[in-house]
Amino acid sequence: MSIRNSFTIDGERVDFEPGQSILQAALAAGVFIPHLCFHPEFSAHGSCKLCTVVVNGRNGSACTIAAMPGQEVRSDTPELNQRRRMLLQMLFVEGNHFCPGCEKSGNCKLQAMAYELEMFNDHFQHFFPDRGPVDASHPEVMLDRNRCIQCELCVRASRDIDGKEVFSLAGRGPASHLVVNAASGLLGDTPFAATDKAAEVCPVGAIMVKRVGFTAPIGRRKYDGASIRDQIEHPAPAQEG
Amino acid sequence: MFAASLETASEPRKLRRVAIDPVTRVEGHGKVTILLDEANKVHQVRLHIVEVRGFEKFIEGRPYWEVPVSVQRLCGICPVSHHLAAAKAMDQIAGYDLLTPTAEKLRRLMHYGQMVQSHAVHFYHLASPDLLLGFDSEPTRRNIVGVLEDFPQIATEGVLVRRFGQEVIRATAGKRVHGTGAVPGGMNKALSRDDREMLRADVDQVIDWTVGAIRMVERLHETKPAFYNHFGEVAGNMLGLVNASGAADYYNGTLRARDAAGTIIFDRVKDASYRDVLEEEVKSWSYMKFPHIKAIGSEEGWYRVGPLARIQVCDLLTSERAEAERQRLLAVGGGKPLHGTLFYHWARLVELLHAAELIRNLLDDPTICATDLMADKGERRFHAVGVIEAPRGTLFHEYKVGEDDLVTYCNLIVSTTNNNQAMNEAIRKVAVQYLDGHEITEPLLNHIEVAIRAYDPCLSCATHALGLMPLQVELVDADGIVLSDVRRGMDGGVSCSVPG
Ligand code: SF4
Ligand code: FES
Repeated sequence: MSIRNSFTIDGERVDFEPGQSILQAALAAGVFIPHLCFHPEFSAHGSCKLCTVVVNGRNGSACTIAAMPGQEVRSDTPELNQRRRMLLQMLFVEGNHFCPGCEKSGNCKLQAMAYELEMFNDHFQHFFPDRGPVDASHPEVMLDRNRCIQCELCVRASRDIDGKEVFSLAGRGPASHLVVNAASGLLGDTPFAATDKAAEVCPVGAIMVKRVGFTAPIGRRKYDGASIRDQIEHPAPAQEG
Repeated sequence: MFAASLETASEPRKLRRVAIDPVTRVEGHGKVTILLDEANKVHQVRLHIVEVRGFEKFIEGRPYWEVPVSVQRLCGICPVSHHLAAAKAMDQIAGYDLLTPTAEKLRRLMHYGQMVQSHAVHFYHLASPDLLLGFDSEPTRRNIVGVLEDFPQIATEGVLVRRFGQEVIRATAGKRVHGTGAVPGGMNKALSRDDREMLRADVDQVIDWTVGAIRMVERLHETKPAFYNHFGEVAGNMLGLVNASGAADYYNGTLRARDAAGTIIFDRVKDASYRDVLEEEVKSWSYMKFPHIKAIGSEEGWYRVGPLARIQVCDLLTSERAEAERQRLLAVGGGKPLHGTLFYHWARLVELLHAAELIRNLLDDPTICATDLMADKGERRFHAVGVIEAPRGTLFHEYKVGEDDLVTYCNLIVSTTNNNQAMNEAIRKVAVQYLDGHEITEPLLNHIEVAIRAYDPCLSCATHALGLMPLQVELVDADGIVLSDVRRGMDGGVSCSVPG
């Protein structure tokens, strides 16, 4: 293993393939860096900032910074985790995230990340956003915009994998929200299907397949048994050639 | 009925106003106002409870499968009752008529667990301080800590009985509070063998302790039978669910009402038809509606729900020891229905025993750990009603759901609303019995609270039970000038100020 293709995270050596981001290399090596808008199957988005690390003394998003030989990365530090907690708290209050009544509870990455980073309260005042009623016009899938954290994973999945471009973010700042590609503005009037990749990537309870609800009992939901740290989603193995 | 005349005084402006606000050991939304004249004669007594109707709006626009879980946020004290009432309605919405035998058993198990838990909190934590230490005992000690000091055995049993109920809920719903368990069409989780063994090992002890608590209440009654029989005694109609053979049924069944003499007013009314027999009235002075029996009308048609009503509406309880205890209690009335407010406590313990015995029977059922949890789906529906006997009484959930699966209409009649008029009648009676013509003191006002607490209004807050919530009593003259101000602080100390 050549020295050229490795760097350190919190003192631990991590090898990488050229072209990998710090986050990709870290996850492939089994080193957990908190993240929400990154997904191994899609290009990086760099919006949630949860993956912020210190690289050679400067802050940056681990999902968008290319891994370079000899980098010194700090990630699991009290200061960075405190900032990550604050980012999570802001995400929680900006949307309607009331876990006890939400069917995504136990399978939700936002909630799992909050447990992982020991976020014990919301700290900030709730926005109680009103981004419109639940869109249940589609027979198989519903859309609750008030739970959207605007990670654009559905946007990327629909565009890059499903080839449909069903979703997009519109508006600016606090008014930004998810829209769908139909004149009526209704999901039921788009070519979206429950089998689309975009129907399964939402990290929170904004895009939900209908009538699933609470069928998974407490104890058998994704993050009941093991924390999100211990369930790293690995990128598909690199293609040869 | 003379008490009813105290609902509205003829010339309220000439009277002094006493407000008990908030009622202690009932969460801070309960308030009693009493109008007195110069000679402390009582002219008007009203219990106001702010009911959170906004919750129905919160449910509208949400997908139906979410409701059985999210509706639990309505009430932190008996969330399982709301969970199951909503699940019963949503079973029908989703197109399920009959549950699998195992799913129904598990829902019943969960429900009886809630009954044990809730009745235990009420009796041991909220009621026993008054009963064991005395209505007029030192207010700073009139709480569970005082009971713990003087009656440590009872207090300890209370904690353990409650915990047993919570464990039954956890074993079936996945969590002690805000579990998920029931889903439209059945249950999401079988009972594990470990949980069955663990609960089975404890249930006989719970049953024995409950019988012991009943004996204790019986002995208390023997010390002052006239007092216990007639405290806040108002004859009224009674409502509850019974099964096809007339036995009390907390989870299913049809509606039955009896009048004050015990004669059946209506019977075998399907829960979905509740509006045929009941209606709700709005009164200008209260946020909470007043339901009553349609055929009798709003004046005389009010009814009681909850333990005292249920044990008298039914023909029997299906479990052996509880039925024997029910008979012992009914014998006090010598063949006539009991209407004394304090009988609620005795009846509640009989129900606690019944629920514990039902739990034991279910745990002994060889198929209780079976895994046939989901029924076969039939035709989707758009309107459904789910009714259940919650610990405090009959609970109605009614929903309309659109083609797109979102709830378009929601109406909830909670037990406390059903008991609204009954509680008002009870405190008017107590005011006449104990306050009329007397200088108002803290112990006398506590008598009013004792009557309210007997009904266990759903705002009861177990978490606040350890400390006394502040009590404020103002005597205000006709011009709104405060004549005197008696306060009971968080520490239980009473201060009195008379502005100069
Ligand atoms: S709907 Fe879900 S996947 Fe799409 S942007 Fe919002 S949170 Fe992300
Ligand atoms: S995961 Fe890197 S910014 Fe969101």
